[in-house]
Amino acid sequence: MINETLLMNGYGLYVWSAFAFTLLSFTTLYVFTKIQYTKEKKKFIAKFGTLNPERAAFAKSQSINKEILSNSSII
Amino acid sequence: MFKYFEPNKIFSITSRAPKYVLFLFIIILSIGLTEALILSPEDYKQGDSVRIMYVHVPAAWITLGIFSSITFLSLIGYIFKIRNFFLISKSLAPSGLVFNIVALVTGSIWGKPTWGTWWAWDARITSMLILALFYIIYLIAWRIYENNEKVFKITTIIAIIGIVNVPIIKYSVDWWNTLHQPASINILSKSSIHISMLFPLLIMTAAFALFSILIFLMKYNTELIKIKNKGLDRL
Repeated sequence: MINETLLMNGYGLYVWSAFAFTLLSFTTLYVFTKIQYTKEKKKFIAKFGTLNPERAAFAKSQSINKEILSNSSII
Repeated sequence: MFKYFEPNKIFSITSRAPKYVLFLFIIILSIGLTEALILSPEDYKQGDSVRIMYVHVPAAWITLGIFSSITFLSLIGYIFKIRNFFLISKSLAPSGLVFNIVALVTGSIWGKPTWGTWWAWDARITSMLILALFYIIYLIAWRIYENNEKVFKITTIIAIIGIVNVPIIKYSVDWWNTLHQPASINILSKSSIHISMLFPLLIMTAAFALFSILIFLMKYNTELIKIKNKGLDRL
């Protein structure tokens, strides 16, 4: 049964490499997107930390900024 | 109606949604992979190589769908001056390109046991390659003109020119003699594909669609944070 699934009557190499390439592409895209997100978020938090209390309070009055600060991670 | 699409209003949803989409994607993909690799039957002509269809066809469908969405959103965004539509289009493009590459590469792998060649300059394959080039040009345009009003006009033009290629891809198998077979699945008429193969194909399409939504949401959130970063600079 396992051999049949792996070898697929001689087509195993083609089938498994197509599926492996697809899943590898997905993983790469996911990781790159996640890295970009984390980088931008860190930049935002760092910039927010440099604001004086008055400006920080003003920035925090925008709901989207509050959301960015409150969501530690999207996944 | 467009006010509901404002980033400030939807960020609370888009920032929370990815984890649920990822969870759903993993479940649907697991079912799809089990169906595609183990439970579905082999083809009477192509044997087990037909299983490549379960990644190749959904990837091709999704990349065409994404490019069509990019064109529609860019056009509406340009006419009604809705910047958020451009942000959505920009966030859709990376997954569109990856699905396009997956369709080309898996098609090439499928071509070897079926046609005896990795590559042929037939109408369907060539037009899919052209679509990949349009995705690349579109993404490069965003890189070059990122902080410029010009980018909206340029990316809309690229999308409009590129969309001409989409019906060519769809009907290339009917218009020209190609190595590809005519469509087996028709919405308006009876499909020639058996239900035992249609079911895994639809499950895999759903999984791929969920993945594109996941990447879109992550990219869209990143773009919004980028904009907010610039906003903090101006404070």
